[in-house]
Amino acid sequence: MAKSDKGKKSVSRRQFLTTTLKTACSVGIMGVGLGFYTQRANALPPLAIRPPGALPEEDFLGACIRCGLCARDCPFDILFLGQLGDDIPAGSPYFIARTGPCEMCEDIPCVAACPTNALDHSLTDIEKSRMGLAVVVDQENCIAFQGLRCEVCFNVCPIRGKAITLDMQHNVRSGKHALFIPVVHSDACTGCGLCEKACILEKAAIKVFPTDLAKGELGHHYRFGWKEKEKAGKALVTPDVKHQYNLPAGVRYDLQGKGLIIDSKIDESLPDSPFSTNPLDTLNRKPEDK
Amino acid sequence: MANMPQDVGKEAIQTKGWIGAHKWLILRRISQLGILAAFVAGPWFGLWIVKGNLASSLTLDTLPLTDPHILLQAMISGVTPETTAIVGAIIVLVFYALVGGRVYCSWVCPVNMVTDAAAWLRRKLGIRGSSHASRSTRYWVLALTLILPLITGGIVWELVNPVSIMFRGIVFSMGLAWVLILAIFLFDLLVSRDGWCGHYCPVGAFYSLLSNRAVVRVAATNREACDDCMDCFNVCPEPQVIKPALKGAPKGIGPVIVANQCTNCGRCIDVCAVNVFQFGNRYSNQSSSGLHSAKAYSKHTV
Repeated sequence: MAKSDKGKKSVSRRQFLTTTLKTACSVGIMGVGLGFYTQRANALPPLAIRPPGALPEEDFLGACIRCGLCARDCPFDILFLGQLGDDIPAGSPYFIARTGPCEMCEDIPCVAACPTNALDHSLTDIEKSRMGLAVVVDQENCIAFQGLRCEVCFNVCPIRGKAITLDMQHNVRSGKHALFIPVVHSDACTGCGLCEKACILEKAAIKVFPTDLAKGELGHHYRFGWKEKEKAGKALVTPDVKHQYNLPAGVRYDLQGKGLIIDSKIDESLPDSPFSTNPLDTLNRKPEDK
Repeated sequence: MANMPQDVGKEAIQTKGWIGAHKWLILRRISQLGILAAFVAGPWFGLWIVKGNLASSLTLDTLPLTDPHILLQAMISGVTPETTAIVGAIIVLVFYALVGGRVYCSWVCPVNMVTDAAAWLRRKLGIRGSSHASRSTRYWVLALTLILPLITGGIVWELVNPVSIMFRGIVFSMGLAWVLILAIFLFDLLVSRDGWCGHYCPVGAFYSLLSNRAVVRVAATNREACDDCMDCFNVCPEPQVIKPALKGAPKGIGPVIVANQCTNCGRCIDVCAVNVFQFGNRYSNQSSSGLHSAKAYSKHTV
Protein backbone atom coordinates (compact mmCIF):
# COMPACT_ATOMS: atom_id res chain seq x y z
CA MET A 1 0.00 0.00 0.00
CA ALA A 2 2.76 2.36 1.02
CA LYS A 3 4.70 1.34 -2.05
CA SER A 4 1.87 2.03 -4.47
CA ASP A 5 1.31 5.38 -2.75
CA LYS A 6 4.92 6.23 -3.35
CA GLY A 7 4.66 5.25 -7.02
CA LYS A 8 1.58 7.40 -7.44
CA LYS A 9 3.32 10.31 -5.85
CA SER A 10 6.33 10.18 -8.17
CA VAL A 11 4.04 10.06 -11.21
CA SER A 12 2.18 13.14 -10.03
CA ARG A 13 5.50 14.85 -9.36
CA ARG A 14 6.65 14.00 -12.85
CA GLN A 15 3.35 15.29 -14.20
CA PHE A 16 3.73 18.40 -12.13
CA LEU A 17 7.22 19.03 -13.45
CA THR A 18 6.20 18.42 -17.08
CA THR A 19 3.21 20.72 -16.80
CA THR A 20 5.26 23.39 -15.09
CA LEU A 21 8.00 23.15 -17.66
CA LYS A 22 5.51 23.22 -20.54
CA THR A 23 3.75 26.24 -19.10
CA ALA A 24 6.98 28.04 -18.35
CA CYS A 25 8.24 27.43 -21.89
CA SER A 26 5.06 28.56 -23.62
CA VAL A 27 4.82 31.64 -21.44
CA GLY A 28 8.50 32.31 -22.13
CA ILE A 29 7.90 32.10 -25.87
CA MET A 30 4.93 34.41 -25.43
CA GLY A 31 7.23 36.81 -23.59
CA VAL A 32 9.77 36.84 -26.41
CA GLY A 33 6.95 37.43 -28.90
CA LEU A 34 5.58 40.24 -26.78
CA GLY A 35 9.03 41.76 -26.51
CA PHE A 36 9.44 41.87 -30.28
CA TYR A 37 5.88 43.12 -30.75
CA THR A 38 6.62 45.88 -28.26
CA GLN A 39 9.65 47.05 -30.20
CA ARG A 40 7.53 47.35 -33.33
CA ALA A 41 4.46 48.70 -31.61
CA ASN A 42 6.40 51.33 -29.72
CA ALA A 43 7.59 53.16 -32.84
CA LEU A 44 5.76 56.46 -32.79
CA PRO A 45 4.93 58.02 -36.18
CA PRO A 46 6.53 61.48 -36.49
CA LEU A 47 3.23 63.33 -36.84
CA ALA A 48 1.96 62.07 -33.47
CA ILE A 49 3.18 64.53 -30.85
CA ARG A 50 3.17 63.72 -27.14
CA PRO A 51 1.48 66.15 -24.70
CA PRO A 52 3.54 68.78 -22.88
CA GLY A 53 5.93 67.52 -20.23
CA ALA A 54 6.05 64.01 -21.71
CA LEU A 55 9.19 62.16 -20.67
CA PRO A 56 11.56 61.03 -23.42
CA GLU A 57 9.69 58.39 -25.44
CA GLU A 58 11.40 55.35 -23.91
CA ASP A 59 10.75 56.50 -20.35
CA PHE A 60 7.29 57.66 -21.29
CA LEU A 61 6.23 54.18 -22.36
CA GLY A 62 7.28 52.84 -18.98
CA ALA A 63 5.53 55.58 -17.07
CA CYS A 64 2.27 56.12 -18.95
CA ILE A 65 -0.42 53.76 -17.62
CA ARG A 66 -2.77 54.68 -20.49
CA CYS A 67 -5.52 56.03 -18.24
CA GLY A 68 -6.47 58.89 -20.55
CA LEU A 69 -6.87 61.41 -17.72
CA CYS A 70 -4.71 63.91 -19.64
CA ALA A 71 -7.03 63.61 -22.64
CA ARG A 72 -10.05 64.11 -20.41
CA ASP A 73 -8.64 67.22 -18.77
CA CYS A 74 -7.52 68.88 -22.01
CA PRO A 75 -9.95 71.79 -22.41
CA PHE A 76 -9.44 71.79 -26.18
CA ASP A 77 -9.92 68.03 -26.59
CA ILE A 78 -6.86 67.70 -28.78
CA LEU A 79 -5.47 64.59 -27.12
CA PHE A 80 -6.27 61.15 -28.48
CA LEU A 81 -5.33 57.72 -27.19
CA GLY A 82 -3.67 55.24 -29.54
CA GLN A 83 -6.15 52.62 -30.70
CA LEU A 84 -5.49 49.03 -31.47
CA GLY A 85 -4.61 49.02 -35.16
CA ASP A 86 -3.00 52.48 -35.08
CA ASP A 87 0.75 52.86 -35.36
CA ILE A 88 0.68 54.48 -31.94
CA PRO A 89 1.30 52.43 -28.78
CA ALA A 90 -2.17 51.38 -27.60
CA GLY A 91 -3.73 53.81 -25.18
CA SER A 92 -0.91 56.34 -25.13
CA PRO A 93 -1.86 60.01 -25.62
CA TYR A 94 -0.88 62.11 -28.62
CA PHE A 95 -2.05 65.02 -30.71
CA ILE A 96 -1.81 65.85 -34.40
CA ALA A 97 -0.62 69.43 -34.81
CA ARG A 98 -2.21 70.07 -38.20
CA THR A 99 -5.71 69.23 -36.98
CA GLY A 100 -5.49 70.03 -33.29
CA PRO A 101 -2.39 71.74 -31.93
CA CYS A 102 -1.61 72.29 -28.25
CA GLU A 103 -3.08 75.60 -27.18
CA MET A 104 -0.47 76.02 -24.45
CA CYS A 105 -2.73 76.46 -21.38
CA GLU A 106 -0.88 78.33 -18.66
CA ASP A 107 -2.02 75.90 -15.93
CA ILE A 108 -1.14 72.83 -18.07
CA PRO A 109 -4.17 70.72 -16.95
CA CYS A 110 -2.99 67.62 -18.82
CA VAL A 111 0.20 67.49 -16.77
CA ALA A 112 -1.70 68.10 -13.54
CA ALA A 113 -4.02 65.19 -14.38
CA CYS A 114 -1.24 62.66 -14.95
CA PRO A 115 -1.09 60.23 -12.02
CA THR A 116 2.32 58.77 -12.82
CA ASN A 117 4.58 61.64 -13.86
CA ALA A 118 4.68 60.32 -17.41
CA LEU A 119 3.87 63.96 -18.01
CA ASP A 120 6.49 65.50 -15.78
CA HIS A 121 4.93 67.50 -12.94
CA SER A 122 8.09 69.58 -12.62
CA LEU A 123 6.96 71.39 -15.77
CA THR A 124 5.19 74.47 -14.48
CA ASP A 125 5.91 76.95 -17.26
CA ILE A 126 4.29 75.85 -20.51
CA GLU A 127 6.84 77.90 -22.46
CA LYS A 128 9.52 75.55 -21.13
CA SER A 129 7.79 72.50 -22.59
CA ARG A 130 9.38 70.79 -25.58
CA MET A 131 6.74 68.69 -27.29
CA GLY A 132 8.65 68.75 -30.53
CA LEU A 133 10.26 71.27 -32.83
CA ALA A 134 8.70 73.18 -35.70
CA VAL A 135 10.64 72.92 -38.93
CA VAL A 136 10.11 74.87 -42.16
CA VAL A 137 10.30 71.66 -44.14
CA ASP A 138 9.18 72.81 -47.57
CA GLN A 139 11.06 75.88 -48.76
CA GLU A 140 9.85 75.28 -52.32
CA ASN A 141 6.20 75.75 -51.43
CA CYS A 142 6.38 78.14 -48.48
CA ILE A 143 5.25 81.37 -50.15
CA ALA A 144 7.58 83.47 -48.02
CA PHE A 145 10.41 82.02 -50.08
CA GLN A 146 8.66 83.28 -53.22
CA GLY A 147 8.80 86.79 -51.87
CA LEU A 148 5.15 86.91 -50.85
CA ARG A 149 4.12 88.38 -47.54
CA CYS A 150 2.56 85.64 -45.42
CA GLU A 151 4.09 85.52 -41.94
CA VAL A 152 1.09 83.63 -40.58
CA CYS A 153 3.27 81.16 -38.68
CA PHE A 154 5.26 84.05 -37.24
CA ASN A 155 2.10 85.81 -36.11
CA VAL A 156 0.27 82.83 -34.53
CA CYS A 157 3.31 81.67 -32.62
CA PRO A 158 2.53 81.93 -28.89
CA ILE A 159 6.14 82.86 -28.25
CA ARG A 160 6.02 85.42 -31.00
CA GLY A 161 9.28 86.87 -32.12
CA LYS A 162 11.36 84.31 -30.21
CA ALA A 163 10.40 80.84 -31.43
CA ILE A 164 9.90 82.04 -35.00
CA THR A 165 11.65 85.12 -36.34
CA LEU A 166 11.55 86.66 -39.80
CA ASP A 167 14.88 86.85 -41.53
CA MET A 168 15.00 89.60 -44.16
CA GLN A 169 16.83 88.58 -47.31
CA HIS A 170 17.29 90.07 -50.76
CA ASN A 171 14.80 88.94 -53.38
CA VAL A 172 17.08 87.95 -56.24
CA ARG A 173 14.18 87.31 -58.62
CA SER A 174 12.80 90.83 -58.60
CA GLY A 175 16.06 92.43 -57.68
CA LYS A 176 14.41 95.13 -55.65
CA HIS A 177 12.20 93.39 -53.05
CA ALA A 178 12.78 91.59 -49.80
CA LEU A 179 12.04 88.03 -48.64
CA PHE A 180 10.79 87.58 -45.09
CA ILE A 181 11.92 84.09 -44.30
CA PRO A 182 10.47 82.34 -41.21
CA VAL A 183 13.24 80.88 -39.06
CA VAL A 184 12.48 78.58 -36.09
CA HIS A 185 14.67 78.78 -33.00
CA SER A 186 14.91 75.59 -30.96
CA ASP A 187 15.76 77.47 -27.77
CA ALA A 188 12.24 78.91 -27.67
CA CYS A 189 10.00 76.64 -29.79
CA THR A 190 7.76 74.39 -27.65
CA GLY A 191 6.49 72.31 -30.56
CA CYS A 192 2.88 73.26 -29.84
CA GLY A 193 2.06 73.09 -33.53
CA LEU A 194 -0.03 76.27 -33.77
CA CYS A 195 2.14 77.31 -36.72
CA GLU A 196 1.54 74.01 -38.51
CA LYS A 197 -2.19 74.35 -37.92
CA ALA A 198 -2.18 77.92 -39.23
CA CYS A 199 0.01 77.38 -42.31
CA ILE A 200 -2.06 78.58 -45.26
CA LEU A 201 -0.89 75.92 -47.70
CA GLU A 202 -2.93 72.85 -48.62
CA LYS A 203 -0.29 70.87 -46.79
CA ALA A 204 1.70 72.72 -44.17
CA ALA A 205 5.19 73.85 -45.15
CA ILE A 206 6.06 74.20 -41.46
CA LYS A 207 5.63 71.02 -39.46
CA VAL A 208 6.27 69.94 -35.91
CA PHE A 209 8.54 66.92 -35.61
CA PRO A 210 9.76 65.06 -32.55
CA THR A 211 12.81 66.98 -31.41
CA ASP A 212 15.32 64.20 -32.00
CA LEU A 213 14.04 63.81 -35.55
CA ALA A 214 14.15 67.54 -36.24
CA LYS A 215 17.54 68.35 -34.76
CA GLY A 216 20.95 67.62 -36.16
CA GLU A 217 23.95 67.11 -33.94
CA LEU A 218 27.40 68.55 -34.44
CA GLY A 219 30.37 66.18 -34.26
CA HIS A 220 31.53 66.22 -30.65
CA HIS A 221 35.13 66.94 -31.66
CA TYR A 222 34.07 69.95 -33.73
CA ARG A 223 35.21 73.43 -32.65
CA PHE A 224 34.34 76.78 -34.12
CA GLY A 225 37.47 78.92 -34.27
CA TRP A 226 35.79 82.19 -33.50
CA LYS A 227 33.97 80.81 -30.49
CA GLU A 228 37.16 79.30 -29.13
CA LYS A 229 38.92 82.61 -29.74
CA GLU A 230 36.22 84.43 -27.82
CA LYS A 231 36.46 81.95 -24.96
CA ALA A 232 40.25 82.21 -24.79
CA GLY A 233 40.20 85.98 -25.25
CA LYS A 234 42.95 85.83 -27.87
CA ALA A 235 43.82 84.19 -31.13
CA LEU A 236 44.72 80.55 -30.66
CA VAL A 237 46.84 80.31 -33.82
CA THR A 238 49.82 82.41 -34.94
CA PRO A 239 48.47 85.61 -36.46
CA ASP A 240 48.79 85.93 -40.24
CA VAL A 241 51.81 87.75 -41.61
CA LYS A 242 50.72 91.01 -43.12
CA HIS A 243 50.22 90.54 -46.82
CA GLN A 244 52.46 92.48 -49.20
CA TYR A 245 51.23 93.39 -52.67
CA ASN A 246 53.18 94.84 -55.53
CA LEU A 247 50.76 97.49 -56.69
CA PRO A 248 51.12 100.79 -58.56
CA ALA A 249 51.46 103.84 -56.44
CA GLY A 250 48.15 105.07 -55.12
CA VAL A 251 46.53 101.63 -55.27
CA ARG A 252 46.03 99.48 -52.20
CA TYR A 253 44.44 96.13 -51.47
CA ASP A 254 42.36 95.42 -48.37
CA LEU A 255 42.27 91.63 -48.03
CA GLN A 256 39.36 91.17 -45.63
CA GLY A 257 37.49 94.33 -46.43
CA LYS A 258 36.96 96.55 -49.36
CA GLY A 259 39.25 94.77 -51.81
CA LEU A 260 41.05 96.97 -54.38
CA ILE A 261 41.20 100.61 -53.37
CA ILE A 262 42.32 103.33 -55.75
CA ASP A 263 43.17 106.44 -53.87
CA SER A 264 41.35 109.39 -55.42
CA LYS A 265 44.36 111.62 -54.96
CA ILE A 266 46.47 110.12 -57.73
CA ASP A 267 48.79 112.80 -58.97
CA GLU A 268 47.60 113.42 -62.53
CA SER A 269 50.61 115.45 -63.59
CA LEU A 270 53.31 112.90 -63.00
CA PRO A 271 55.92 113.84 -65.63
CA ASP A 272 57.32 110.41 -66.41
CA SER A 273 53.99 108.81 -67.23
CA PRO A 274 53.77 107.79 -70.89
CA PHE A 275 50.03 108.22 -70.84
CA SER A 276 47.82 111.16 -70.41
CA THR A 277 44.95 110.82 -68.01
CA ASN A 278 42.68 111.96 -70.82
CA PRO A 279 42.21 108.95 -73.21
CA LEU A 280 41.52 111.37 -76.14
CA ASP A 281 45.08 112.64 -75.94
CA THR A 282 46.33 109.16 -76.70
CA LEU A 283 43.85 108.66 -79.55
CA ASN A 284 44.70 112.05 -81.12
CA ARG A 285 48.43 111.52 -81.09
CA LYS A 286 50.17 112.06 -84.41
CA PRO A 287 52.47 109.36 -85.77
CA GLU A 288 55.60 111.49 -85.36
CA ASP A 289 54.86 111.78 -81.69
CA LYS A 290 55.42 108.05 -81.23
CA MET B 1 -28.66 12.78 -11.02
CA ALA B 2 -26.30 14.99 -12.97
CA ASN B 3 -27.77 17.54 -15.34
CA MET B 4 -26.42 18.30 -18.79
CA PRO B 5 -24.39 21.51 -19.08
CA GLN B 6 -26.96 23.03 -21.43
CA ASP B 7 -29.63 22.60 -18.75
CA VAL B 8 -27.80 24.68 -16.15
CA GLY B 9 -30.27 26.54 -13.98
CA LYS B 10 -33.44 24.93 -15.34
CA GLU B 11 -34.34 23.40 -12.03
CA ALA B 12 -33.48 26.60 -10.22
CA ILE B 13 -35.79 28.56 -12.53
CA GLN B 14 -38.55 26.11 -11.75
CA THR B 15 -38.16 26.40 -8.02
CA LYS B 16 -37.04 30.02 -7.64
CA GLY B 17 -38.37 31.71 -10.79
CA TRP B 18 -36.24 33.34 -13.50
CA ILE B 19 -35.33 36.36 -11.42
CA GLY B 20 -34.45 34.21 -8.42
CA ALA B 21 -32.24 32.00 -10.58
CA HIS B 22 -30.43 35.03 -12.07
CA LYS B 23 -30.30 37.39 -9.10
CA TRP B 24 -26.54 37.65 -8.75
CA LEU B 25 -26.01 37.58 -12.50
CA ILE B 26 -28.36 40.53 -12.90
CA LEU B 27 -26.66 42.41 -10.07
CA ARG B 28 -23.25 41.75 -11.63
CA ARG B 29 -24.39 42.99 -15.03
CA ILE B 30 -25.83 46.10 -13.37
CA SER B 31 -22.47 46.61 -11.65
CA GLN B 32 -20.41 46.07 -14.81
CA LEU B 33 -22.63 48.18 -17.04
CA GLY B 34 -23.12 50.79 -14.33
CA ILE B 35 -19.36 51.25 -14.04
CA LEU B 36 -19.10 51.57 -17.81
CA ALA B 37 -22.01 54.02 -17.80
CA ALA B 38 -20.34 56.16 -15.15
CA PHE B 39 -17.25 56.38 -17.37
CA VAL B 40 -19.05 57.10 -20.64
CA ALA B 41 -21.59 59.56 -19.18
CA GLY B 42 -18.90 62.23 -19.46
CA PRO B 43 -17.81 61.82 -23.06
CA TRP B 44 -21.29 60.90 -24.31
CA PHE B 45 -23.57 63.20 -22.33
CA GLY B 46 -21.22 65.70 -20.73
CA LEU B 47 -22.05 64.31 -17.30
CA TRP B 48 -18.65 63.89 -15.68
CA ILE B 49 -18.98 61.29 -12.95
CA VAL B 50 -15.74 59.43 -13.54
CA LYS B 51 -12.82 60.46 -15.70
CA GLY B 52 -10.12 58.17 -17.05
CA ASN B 53 -10.45 54.41 -17.26
CA LEU B 54 -9.78 51.29 -15.20
CA ALA B 55 -6.02 51.97 -15.26
CA SER B 56 -6.52 55.16 -13.30
CA SER B 57 -9.58 57.27 -12.72
CA LEU B 58 -10.88 60.24 -10.81
CA THR B 59 -14.43 60.03 -9.48
CA LEU B 60 -16.32 63.29 -8.99
CA ASP B 61 -12.97 65.10 -9.13
CA THR B 62 -12.05 63.74 -5.69
CA LEU B 63 -11.70 59.97 -5.43
CA PRO B 64 -8.63 58.58 -7.20
CA LEU B 65 -8.59 54.89 -8.10
CA THR B 66 -5.60 53.22 -9.72
CA ASP B 67 -5.11 49.68 -10.91
CA PRO B 68 -2.35 48.30 -8.67
CA HIS B 69 -1.21 45.77 -11.28
CA ILE B 70 -0.60 48.44 -13.92
CA LEU B 71 0.94 50.84 -11.41
CA LEU B 72 3.25 48.07 -10.25
CA GLN B 73 4.42 47.53 -13.83
CA ALA B 74 5.05 51.26 -14.19
CA MET B 75 7.03 51.31 -10.94
CA ILE B 76 9.07 48.30 -12.03
CA SER B 77 9.96 50.15 -15.21
CA GLY B 78 11.35 52.89 -12.97
CA VAL B 79 8.59 55.43 -12.38
CA THR B 80 7.91 57.43 -9.23
CA PRO B 81 4.14 57.94 -9.33
CA GLU B 82 2.27 60.91 -7.96
CA THR B 83 0.70 60.57 -4.53
CA THR B 84 -2.80 60.39 -6.04
CA ALA B 85 -1.85 57.26 -7.95
CA ILE B 86 -0.44 55.59 -4.84
CA VAL B 87 -3.47 56.53 -2.76
CA GLY B 88 -5.73 55.28 -5.56
CA ALA B 89 -3.90 51.97 -5.72
CA ILE B 90 -4.04 51.51 -1.93
CA ILE B 91 -7.81 52.14 -1.91
CA VAL B 92 -8.24 49.51 -4.62
CA LEU B 93 -5.95 47.03 -2.84
CA VAL B 94 -7.75 47.36 0.48
CA PHE B 95 -11.19 47.13 -1.13
CA TYR B 96 -10.44 43.95 -3.04
CA ALA B 97 -8.52 42.42 -0.16
CA LEU B 98 -11.77 42.64 1.81
CA VAL B 99 -14.40 41.71 -0.77
CA GLY B 100 -12.26 39.22 -2.70
CA GLY B 101 -9.77 40.16 -5.38
CA ARG B 102 -11.51 38.51 -8.24
CA VAL B 103 -14.64 40.48 -7.54
CA TYR B 104 -12.83 42.72 -10.02
CA CYS B 105 -13.21 39.95 -12.60
CA SER B 106 -16.87 39.20 -12.12
CA TRP B 107 -18.27 42.57 -11.05
CA VAL B 108 -16.10 45.12 -12.89
CA CYS B 109 -14.14 43.69 -15.81
CA PRO B 110 -15.89 44.19 -19.17
CA VAL B 111 -14.22 41.12 -20.69
CA ASN B 112 -16.18 38.99 -18.21
CA MET B 113 -19.36 39.74 -20.14
CA VAL B 114 -17.69 38.45 -23.31
CA THR B 115 -16.31 35.28 -21.74
CA ASP B 116 -19.56 34.63 -19.85
CA ALA B 117 -21.40 34.88 -23.17
CA ALA B 118 -18.92 32.47 -24.74
CA ALA B 119 -19.33 30.05 -21.83
CA TRP B 120 -23.13 30.28 -22.09
CA LEU B 121 -23.08 29.58 -25.83
CA ARG B 122 -20.58 26.79 -25.30
CA ARG B 123 -22.99 25.10 -22.89
CA LYS B 124 -26.01 25.67 -25.13
CA LEU B 125 -24.24 24.30 -28.22
CA GLY B 126 -22.91 21.41 -26.21
CA ILE B 127 -19.34 22.11 -27.23
CA ARG B 128 -17.15 19.81 -25.20
CA GLY B 129 -13.45 19.30 -25.61
CA SER B 130 -11.03 21.83 -24.35
CA SER B 131 -7.33 22.52 -24.59
CA HIS B 132 -5.45 21.37 -21.54
CA ALA B 133 -3.49 24.38 -20.43
CA SER B 134 -2.87 24.53 -16.72
CA ARG B 135 -4.94 26.99 -14.73
CA SER B 136 -1.71 28.15 -13.15
CA THR B 137 -0.50 29.45 -16.52
CA ARG B 138 -1.91 32.84 -15.54
CA TYR B 139 0.57 33.15 -12.69
CA TRP B 140 3.40 32.60 -15.15
CA VAL B 141 1.88 35.24 -17.40
CA LEU B 142 1.57 37.51 -14.36
CA ALA B 143 5.26 37.02 -13.65
CA LEU B 144 5.96 37.79 -17.30
CA THR B 145 4.04 41.07 -17.12
CA LEU B 146 6.21 42.09 -14.18
CA ILE B 147 9.50 41.00 -15.73
CA LEU B 148 9.01 42.58 -19.15
CA PRO B 149 8.93 46.17 -17.80
CA LEU B 150 12.26 45.44 -16.15
CA ILE B 151 13.81 44.24 -19.40
CA THR B 152 12.21 46.62 -21.89
CA GLY B 153 11.56 49.62 -19.65
CA GLY B 154 8.00 49.81 -20.95
CA ILE B 155 4.61 48.65 -19.71
CA VAL B 156 4.47 45.88 -22.27
CA TRP B 157 1.32 44.15 -21.08
CA GLU B 158 -0.79 47.24 -21.60
CA LEU B 159 -0.14 47.02 -25.33
CA VAL B 160 -2.15 43.80 -25.49
CA ASN B 161 -4.16 43.66 -22.25
CA PRO B 162 -7.72 42.82 -23.41
CA VAL B 163 -9.21 44.20 -20.20
CA SER B 164 -7.88 47.72 -20.64
CA ILE B 165 -8.13 47.62 -24.43
CA MET B 166 -11.83 46.72 -24.30
CA PHE B 167 -12.65 49.21 -21.57
CA ARG B 168 -10.69 51.97 -23.31
CA GLY B 169 -12.33 50.97 -26.57
CA ILE B 170 -15.75 51.66 -25.10
CA VAL B 171 -14.86 54.73 -23.07
CA PHE B 172 -12.46 56.38 -25.54
CA SER B 173 -12.35 54.92 -29.04
CA MET B 174 -12.72 51.39 -30.30
CA GLY B 175 -10.31 51.13 -33.23
CA LEU B 176 -9.61 47.47 -33.89
CA ALA B 177 -10.18 46.54 -30.25
CA TRP B 178 -13.28 44.57 -31.28
CA VAL B 179 -11.05 42.13 -33.14
CA LEU B 180 -9.29 41.24 -29.90
CA ILE B 181 -12.63 40.94 -28.09
CA LEU B 182 -13.99 38.68 -30.82
CA ALA B 183 -10.81 36.60 -30.69
CA ILE B 184 -11.26 36.03 -26.96
CA PHE B 185 -14.92 35.16 -27.47
CA LEU B 186 -14.08 32.58 -30.12
CA PHE B 187 -11.18 31.21 -28.11
CA ASP B 188 -13.42 30.65 -25.10
CA LEU B 189 -16.20 29.28 -27.26
CA LEU B 190 -14.28 26.90 -29.46
CA VAL B 191 -10.83 26.27 -28.04
CA SER B 192 -10.88 26.31 -24.29
CA ARG B 193 -13.61 26.41 -21.68
CA ASP B 194 -13.08 29.51 -19.49
CA GLY B 195 -9.93 29.85 -21.56
CA TRP B 196 -8.95 33.46 -21.13
CA CYS B 197 -10.21 34.35 -17.66
CA GLY B 198 -9.60 30.93 -16.15
CA HIS B 199 -6.18 30.15 -17.57
CA TYR B 200 -4.24 33.08 -19.00
CA CYS B 201 -5.38 36.48 -17.77
CA PRO B 202 -2.64 37.93 -15.53
CA VAL B 203 -4.98 40.66 -14.31
CA GLY B 204 -7.25 38.04 -12.76
CA ALA B 205 -4.17 36.24 -11.46
CA PHE B 206 -3.00 39.43 -9.78
CA TYR B 207 -6.36 40.08 -8.19
CA SER B 208 -6.68 36.47 -7.07
CA LEU B 209 -3.55 36.99 -4.97
CA LEU B 210 -5.45 39.71 -3.11
CA SER B 211 -8.12 37.17 -2.20
CA ASN B 212 -6.03 35.11 0.20
CA ARG B 213 -7.46 36.87 3.22
CA ALA B 214 -10.70 38.15 1.68
CA VAL B 215 -13.63 38.36 4.08
CA VAL B 216 -16.53 38.05 1.64
CA ARG B 217 -16.73 34.47 0.39
CA VAL B 218 -19.31 32.10 -1.01
CA ALA B 219 -20.13 29.23 1.34
CA ALA B 220 -21.85 25.92 0.70
CA THR B 221 -23.66 26.40 3.98
CA ASN B 222 -26.50 24.05 3.12
CA ARG B 223 -24.33 21.39 1.54
CA GLU B 224 -26.25 18.43 3.01
CA ALA B 225 -29.07 19.36 0.62
CA CYS B 226 -26.86 18.90 -2.46
CA ASP B 227 -28.46 16.50 -4.93
CA ASP B 228 -25.39 16.26 -7.18
CA CYS B 229 -27.09 17.93 -10.14
CA MET B 230 -23.71 19.38 -11.16
CA ASP B 231 -25.23 22.71 -12.19
CA CYS B 232 -22.80 24.70 -10.04
CA PHE B 233 -19.82 22.88 -11.53
CA ASN B 234 -21.16 23.45 -15.03
CA VAL B 235 -21.77 27.15 -14.55
CA CYS B 236 -18.72 28.01 -12.43
CA PRO B 237 -15.81 29.61 -14.31
CA GLU B 238 -13.41 28.12 -11.74
CA PRO B 239 -15.13 24.81 -10.87
CA GLN B 240 -12.09 23.47 -9.03
CA VAL B 241 -12.83 25.84 -6.14
CA ILE B 242 -16.23 24.34 -5.37
CA LYS B 243 -15.36 20.74 -4.63
CA PRO B 244 -13.54 21.15 -1.31
CA ALA B 245 -16.27 23.37 0.09
CA LEU B 246 -19.18 21.33 -1.21
CA LYS B 247 -17.85 17.80 -0.76
CA GLY B 248 -15.32 18.29 2.03
CA ALA B 249 -17.65 17.54 4.95
CA PRO B 250 -16.29 14.03 5.61
CA LYS B 251 -12.75 15.45 5.79
CA GLY B 252 -13.79 18.38 7.92
CA ILE B 253 -13.21 20.89 5.13
CA GLY B 254 -15.43 23.84 4.24
CA PRO B 255 -18.12 24.88 3.81
CA VAL B 256 -16.58 28.22 2.82
CA ILE B 257 -14.97 28.48 -0.61
CA VAL B 258 -11.57 29.80 0.41
CA ALA B 259 -9.71 29.28 -2.87
CA ASN B 260 -8.50 32.63 -4.11
CA GLN B 261 -9.54 31.87 -7.69
CA CYS B 262 -13.24 32.09 -6.77
CA THR B 263 -14.54 35.28 -8.35
CA ASN B 264 -17.48 35.73 -5.95
CA CYS B 265 -19.74 35.88 -8.98
CA GLY B 266 -22.54 34.09 -7.16
CA ARG B 267 -23.67 32.04 -10.16
CA CYS B 268 -23.50 28.87 -8.06
CA ILE B 269 -25.96 30.50 -5.65
CA ASP B 270 -28.25 31.37 -8.58
CA VAL B 271 -28.30 28.02 -10.33
CA CYS B 272 -28.71 25.83 -7.27
CA ALA B 273 -32.30 24.69 -7.02
CA VAL B 274 -31.85 23.55 -3.42
CA ASN B 275 -30.09 26.69 -2.16
CA VAL B 276 -26.85 25.08 -1.05
CA PHE B 277 -24.78 28.25 -1.49
CA GLN B 278 -24.94 31.70 -0.02
CA PHE B 279 -22.62 34.65 0.46
CA GLY B 280 -20.91 34.57 3.83
CA ASN B 281 -17.55 35.32 5.35
CA ARG B 282 -14.42 33.25 5.46
CA TYR B 283 -14.60 32.86 9.25
CA SER B 284 -17.67 30.64 9.17
CA ASN B 285 -15.62 27.57 8.28
CA GLN B 286 -15.82 24.58 10.59
CA SER B 287 -12.43 25.15 12.19
CA SER B 288 -9.17 26.85 11.51
CA SER B 289 -7.62 23.49 10.79
CA GLY B 290 -10.47 22.89 8.37
CA LEU B 291 -9.61 26.13 6.62
CA HIS B 292 -6.05 25.07 6.44
CA SER B 293 -6.77 21.70 4.94
CA ALA B 294 -9.28 23.23 2.54
CA LYS B 295 -6.42 25.28 1.18
CA ALA B 296 -4.36 22.17 0.73
CA TYR B 297 -7.31 20.46 -0.89
CA SER B 298 -8.02 23.23 -3.37
CA LYS B 299 -4.35 23.48 -4.18
CA HIS B 300 -4.32 19.78 -4.90
CA THR B 301 -7.25 19.97 -7.28
CA VAL B 302 -6.00 22.97 -9.26
